[in-house]
Amino acid sequence: MSSATIVNLPDPSTARIPKMNFLTRENGLLSWLLTGDHKRIATLYLISITFFFFIGGALAGLIRLELLTPQSDLMAADTYNKVFTMHGLIMIFLFLVPSVPATIGNFVIPMMVGAKDLALPKINLLSWYLYILAGGVMIYTMMVGGVDTGWTFTAPLSTHYLNTNVISAGLAVFIAGFSSIFTGLNFIVTIHKMRCPGMTWFRLPLFVWANYAASILMVLGTPVLAITLVLVILERTIHIGVFDPAYGGDPLLFQHLFWFYSHPAVYIMILPGMGVISEVISTFSRKRVFGYTAVAFSSVAIAVFGFFVWAHHMFIMGISNYAALVFSLLTMLVAVPSAIKIFNWAFTLYKGSITFETPMLYAIGFMGLFTIGGMTGIFLGATGTDIHLTETYFVVAHFHFVMVGGMLMAFLAGIHFWWPKWTGRMYPEKISQFAAVVTYIGFNLTFFPQFILGMLGMPRRYAAYPPQFQVLNVFSTAGATVLGVGYLLPVLYLTWSLRYGAIAGSNPWQATGLEWQTQSPPLTENFTEIPIMDHEAYDYEWLERQQAKEVASV
Amino acid sequence: MSQHAEPHSREAELHIVSPKVYVAVALSLLALTAATCAISYIDLGVFNAVVALAIAVIKASLVVLFFMHMKYSSRLIKLTAFAGLFVFLTLISMTMADYISRAWGRW
Repeated sequence: MSSATIVNLPDPSTARIPKMNFLTRENGLLSWLLTGDHKRIATLYLISITFFFFIGGALAGLIRLELLTPQSDLMAADTYNKVFTMHGLIMIFLFLVPSVPATIGNFVIPMMVGAKDLALPKINLLSWYLYILAGGVMIYTMMVGGVDTGWTFTAPLSTHYLNTNVISAGLAVFIAGFSSIFTGLNFIVTIHKMRCPGMTWFRLPLFVWANYAASILMVLGTPVLAITLVLVILERTIHIGVFDPAYGGDPLLFQHLFWFYSHPAVYIMILPGMGVISEVISTFSRKRVFGYTAVAFSSVAIAVFGFFVWAHHMFIMGISNYAALVFSLLTMLVAVPSAIKIFNWAFTLYKGSITFETPMLYAIGFMGLFTIGGMTGIFLGATGTDIHLTETYFVVAHFHFVMVGGMLMAFLAGIHFWWPKWTGRMYPEKISQFAAVVTYIGFNLTFFPQFILGMLGMPRRYAAYPPQFQVLNVFSTAGATVLGVGYLLPVLYLTWSLRYGAIAGSNPWQATGLEWQTQSPPLTENFTEIPIMDHEAYDYEWLERQQAKEVASV
Repeated sequence: MSQHAEPHSREAELHIVSPKVYVAVALSLLALTAATCAISYIDLGVFNAVVALAIAVIKASLVVLFFMHMKYSSRLIKLTAFAGLFVFLTLISMTMADYISRAWGRW
């Protein structure tokens, strides 16, 4: 194992950022707001989702502060309900779902397949505007008093009992759903139609496969959520009697429809993150991803299985025992493709020349935390243990391990990995490695105690709790402050690096993807000539020959 | 290389459908609408909804096949449409699996 680094930067005394690139091509606000360039839209998305991440993060901070003491003393109980609902809605629909696909995916997928742009640039821009509209409606919801149904809008609570702003919150999610459908549609068309010569399906980087699988889920699943939310709104306004038993409806039907989208939505959130991890693990261990085909197909398998497991969210809700048995069994099947990925990444590391740059630290963090998150999912997917654990903090800890420990780690890994490509400058390595470690420690301190709290029986969604749970809750709140520092640091040093970072050159990581074979930041058209893919993905020997040739020609 | 050797795949071609086909489809849609109305006056017991839905499915299929050109599209487009249908059937059948077996009690 080498302690050296693979970073390969141009001579700083002569290095320059290319004068002509997608950032400098045009100036002025309108050139951004009316752009069709996937890289600029990705930049717009990155700024917007970071904004909403910090709103959602502030709400999370409020939740943890309230739970510092057993009494409900920082805020009233119904304010607490609104705070955790808004935290969930913002983090899921305005951060996690668009996080990797709409920012990193938007930025790199056209380059990875060797295309000039996504297939439908105007639809891509429209998806950003819809996202902003959804964000606006969500902020409006928050300003006029919020909503307290929980992010699941569970009927008949949402249709019958509550006087909060269910309609505007539902509308925001409805609009955000269309933004996500358009992103997914764009990726599917691009990956099918715009691959460069020689780019066969099995030469695509695994990041593209993962986003393709997630896109299928977005396009096929999200309409069900949209219809369900429209039905909730109609139920509230004109009492059509679909979900509300008072009008002859069935509240369980709501849960069936809602989770039919929202379980696959979990895979919409995690699959693109897994794609990032494949790229990062391969690059920083200098090896082709072990079992490329298996990893590629496991993404598709997760997408397909994802549609058959939704009722595991409803085991205690009164569904049939027989259905629960079948759904429990099917849930166990999802563990197979997830495990394929984890094992194959581990085998990629085996005998690789591993270096520990920041993206790699985040990726290794992902592997550990996602594994814990996934394994605890087995507890919840088994009908017996689920009866004890469901609606407790065990569930909260489980999905935060997958979503925050998994997806957010992957997002940060990806942002650091492609930052040199995006801006043409390196982030500062030492402080970012420090931030990655701080995030990992803070994360475990925050969420691991919640597993124990859940096992002990502390229910979720209450502002107050019995005093014997306080010690673990104090640990968790303390961890949240550490985690907050871990997330604030990247914002600071990445902003700093925009001006003061070292010039990155076109391929600082010596990675093999087509996106690294063009200048940083790339031209608006991505490539000066259409690339021809004449080697397999992650072929580091090809890269070596390429570089030898370049030196010889100089 | 192989998949891109023919830049104009079949769905890029314009398939011209004669007005006769469109008129015939439109007329059958009208006839089926009339049938739905007529049957609503006859009480078929449990089959009321079944017949109405069956006619609606036939009408939707006609629209998708002819007006939306699915009949003349490439296999990729057909697969895409079928994916939507498959997901819909999954939703209905697995939800019904719960409803049907709910009264069976414990296993």
